[in-house]
Formats: sequence, C-alpha cells, structure tokens
Amino acid sequence: MTETNSNQLIRLSAAQLAAKLAAREVTAVAVVQAHLDRIAAVDGGDRGVHAFLHVNAEEALAVAAEVDAIRAAGGAAAEELHELAGVPIAVKDLIVTVGQPTTAGSRILEGWHSPYDATVVQKLRAAKMPILGKTNLDEFAMGSSTEHSAYGPTRNPWDLDRIPGGSGGGSAAAVAAFEAPLALGTDTGGSIRQPGAVTGTVGVKPTYGGVSRYGAIAMASSLDQIGPVSRTVLDSALLHQVIGGHDPKDSTSLPDPLADLAAAARLGNVDGMKIGIIKELHGEGYQAGVENRFNESLELLKQAGAEIVEVSCPNFKYALGAYYLIMPSEASSNLAKFDGVRYGLRVLPEDPPLTIERVMAATRAAGFGDEVKRRIILGTYALSAGYYDAYYGSAQKVRTLIQRDFDAAFTKADVLISPTAPTTAFKLGEKLDDPLAMYLNDVATIPANMAGVPGLSLPGGLADEDGLPVGIQLLAPAREDARLYRVGAVLESLLEEKWGGPLLDRAPSLPAPALAETVPSHGGSH
Amino acid sequence: MAAINRDDVAHLARLAHIEMSAEELDRMAGELAVIVDSVKSVSEAAGDDVPATSHPIPLTNVFREDVVGHTFTAEQALSGAPDSDENRFKVPAILDEA
Repeated sequence: MTETNSNQLIRLSAAQLAAKLAAREVTAVAVVQAHLDRIAAVDGGDRGVHAFLHVNAEEALAVAAEVDAIRAAGGAAAEELHELAGVPIAVKDLIVTVGQPTTAGSRILEGWHSPYDATVVQKLRAAKMPILGKTNLDEFAMGSSTEHSAYGPTRNPWDLDRIPGGSGGGSAAAVAAFEAPLALGTDTGGSIRQPGAVTGTVGVKPTYGGVSRYGAIAMASSLDQIGPVSRTVLDSALLHQVIGGHDPKDSTSLPDPLADLAAAARLGNVDGMKIGIIKELHGEGYQAGVENRFNESLELLKQAGAEIVEVSCPNFKYALGAYYLIMPSEASSNLAKFDGVRYGLRVLPEDPPLTIERVMAATRAAGFGDEVKRRIILGTYALSAGYYDAYYGSAQKVRTLIQRDFDAAFTKADVLISPTAPTTAFKLGEKLDDPLAMYLNDVATIPANMAGVPGLSLPGGLADEDGLPVGIQLLAPAREDARLYRVGAVLESLLEEKWGGPLLDRAPSLPAPALAETVPSHGGSH
Repeated sequence: MAAINRDDVAHLARLAHIEMSAEELDRMAGELAVIVDSVKSVSEAAGDDVPATSHPIPLTNVFREDVVGHTFTAEQALSGAPDSDENRFKVPAILDEA
C-alpha cells in the first residue's frame, strides 16, 4: 500500500469503503492497516490527538483478514456478509469489550478487562466490523471537554490547543482526524452531539431505548444512550442500523422494530416539511459565528422547500438545573459499585484499622477524579432526607414540563432545529477551574436527554471569528429518528455544495509539520 | 433552599465513602455552593399538580422467558477482583476488631 492510497482510504466515508470492499477494489486488511498507520502517525506524542486509550491492532487485522477470506472464497458466506463488514470502527472506552481493557477514563478501572461484551459490541462483531480500539473520554463520561480523563486530554484536530468536546471527545476526534471512519459514543447530556459540533463531525443520540445500553458503564440510567459518530449523515444511519433494535438484556430497550434509517438518509427531500426554530435555544448567550452559521442553514432548508416556523419551549430554561440534579443523583447511585471489592483499584489506608469501610473510602478517594467526586457529593445531597422533594423531586417535575414543551412543539413542526453548542471549541484549560461554565456547554443538548427524544448534530460550517466548526442540531419526536437522517442528509448536501466539499477538507493537515519527526515511525506509512 | 456548607460536604463524603482532605473539603464546599445556588430555580418551576417523570419513555411489565441465560464461571466473575480466595471475593475486616 503506497502512502497516497493509504491517505485516500482514510478519507473515504464508511459507505464508500463498504462499496469498495464489496466490489473487491480494496481489502479489509488494507483499510484497517491504513487506519492503524494513521493512528500511529497522528495520535501519539506530546502534540498528538490522543483520541485512543488503547489500540486493538492485532484483533482488528484478524477480523479484516477473515472478511477478506470470506469475500475471496465467494458463495453464500460472502453473500451474507453485512454491508459494513470490514469497515473499521472505534469504541468509546465507556463500553465494555472482551479482549481489550475498559477504563471509563478512570484510574479506578485502570487495567480492568470486562468478562463480557456490550450488546453493541456483540453486534459489531456479528457484522464483522474490525474494532480499532477504545477512545478517550471524560472520566465516567462526566464532562464537556475530555479534560476530566484520568489519562490526559484529547486534542481537537482543528486546533491542537483546543478541546474536542466531551465526554466523547476521543470518538469525535478519532473520526475528525481520519483515524477511524466510524465510532461509538454515549450521550447523557450531549456527549455525542457536542463533540460532533466542535470537531466538524456527525453524531446522533438515538431515541432513549432505541439502542441497547447493556454493557455501557452507567452514569445516569434514565438519560444515557449509545449512538453513532461519523463524518457523514448516511454513515451514522448505517451504523445506527447495526447497533439499534430491541435487546432483552436492557429492560429499558424499546420493543419497536428499527426503521430503515439509511433509506431516510438517501431520500434527500424536505419539501413541505415543517422545521421549528426553538426560540429559547439561540440568540443571547450564543457566539455570533454560531448564530450566523445557524441562520445560513435555516435559509438553505427554506430554499429546499421546508417551511421554517418558530416554536417556544419556555421550560427549557430549567433544563440545565434539573439535569444537574437528576444526573448526579443517578450517578451517585450507579458509581457506588466501585468499592474496591469486585473489580478495579483497591487502596489500603495508611493507618489502622483496616476495615472495609476505610478501604472503600481510601479507594474511592484515590480512584475518582475531582469532577466525579463533585457529582457524587452533589447527587448524594440531592437525594438526602429533607432535600429529596426540593431537589430530585422538583427536577423530575421539570422533566415532565420539558416533555410537554416538546409535545407542543412537535404539533407545530416535524423536526426542531438549534445550534448544538453555544460556542465553538474553547482552549484546553480555559474552563477547567469553573465547573458551572463547563456545564453551560450542554444547554442546547440536555433537553433531548430529559425527554428521551432523538437528536443529531452535523457540521454547519466554520465560525467567522475563529474559523472553528459550528454544529447544527436537529431534534425529532421519540421513535422518529428517521426524520433526523432525512433532514440531516439534505442539509449536509446543501452545505457541501456551498463549500465545494466536506467541511473536514478544510481542517489543517496532521501531524503538525514542525513536529512530524517526533511521531513514532513503527507501522507508519512513510 | 438551604445553602451547602463545609460540614455538609464532610457528612456527604462520609455517606458516599470518599475520604477527603481538609483542603479538598474547603474547595468542594465552595464549588458546590455555586452549583447548588444555580439549580435553586428548579424547585420553583413546577406546581404541585405536575407529575414527576422518572423515565423518559416508560415501559411496564418488561418480562423475559424464564430460562437460564448466560452465566459467568466463578473464575470469570473473579477475574477483575483485587483479591479473592476459595472462589470468593476477599475483603478486609467488616468490623473494627480486625
């Protein structure tokens, strides 16, 4: 494989790779090797992207070789191969995998190997999609910048001094840096969509229950959802179809059959659709460049025949506050299992007595980072006697009000639209000492989690003032994920027509030239 | 709603089994006070007539067939444990008189 070919392969979408693999124009081994080479070239070192916590080269190449052998042999087995067989994928390190460590970005799980696969991982294996490795995240998915990872931050491929969003910054950055065509993320308050927005990639939070959560290490069980990360809307639809559907191992999994989401993405038509601007989710508090790109997208949709209407969701102003009561409450309960008994770290206190309680307290003190501790304490507070009604109880009522706002909005519009995040990517370290400022990143993404409705973020262009990616968010009623792909694909094609190609074509080339010598050369294509 | 102070944080940290240094308690109390203050409005948002929502898409009577599914061997279940003995998780003394 020459470098040119390798560089071309990594820039192809999953759908394009699938077509080339099916036509036997390229082997799955070559596709996987091209991505491993790219990871070796851009991910490591002081100024590397650091999207990956673990690279799974051996297994990924073995799966690719198996796909190639099946295709070469032909016959029924080749016919039965999944459409995405041989297309590699990265997996957020919150999702458990056999044969690779799972850390959740935390010291408390350093070196831990799960004895079972998450349902979504089983589905990737059944489709014979090679897993390239595990991606970085804020510890236990708690954060909006990936800076809360115990293993160091991920850098934004658009500007290595900026955050890639969070918590799924690793998955988004891997896809944006052409280290993987696809990735899995998890979204509790925006952890798939906000990283998508600030890295110029596509990310989807499916309807709550639409994708099995079995094997995703739980943060807030009533909000968490696994979903696809990609560079194109169609690719997310294709991956969503691989991972979606009912799973008896997840009692919150919806029994509904999965719609043909790829067909929705290929439909390419918004004529006559009503698209609602959420009055409360733009304007004041949103960066000018974000607002400009948002308005441009509205204009393009209008020209394509959609009717733009304005809707009001007055209770969304309480969403962030209610989220920061419900999420920590559920997290404090979910994280109680990390007690130094069954898995992970155990730290012994320095002085006697060596009781189990003191071992737990010492283990959790050493194993959890500051943000995790903050949220556990906050959740314990919100759930404690005397405060439960005022905090957790009130937040659950707000949840009802947010659902009612969505219900009313969806009587006026088929799909809702807003910027995904109020700003473009900020500098590493900029908000690290101000938890509240960090929380505000999720103001536009949280309502969807509170109500269980699906949301998609796609690149909307670059902000004029800083040249960084802006995300456009689409929201649909629960179980109507197909609408996101339908509208998203149309908007994507209109924008790319305007730009003259994908937005990521404008991203700076990696590795940064001045530092190219520091890149590990083993397995490299140079 | 009441503000959160250093003593509250110390009490909550004990409940949550997280050891905290004096410096950590000071810092955490300050940060949490700001966060708790910012979520205050939530308690005034909804009236008594508004029902609570615990799950966004409630499902009722989620059953499965009563058959034995996948089970782990003791070895698999213990594979990540910090300490084990005779096919069991091994923990330090449960009571003080270790």
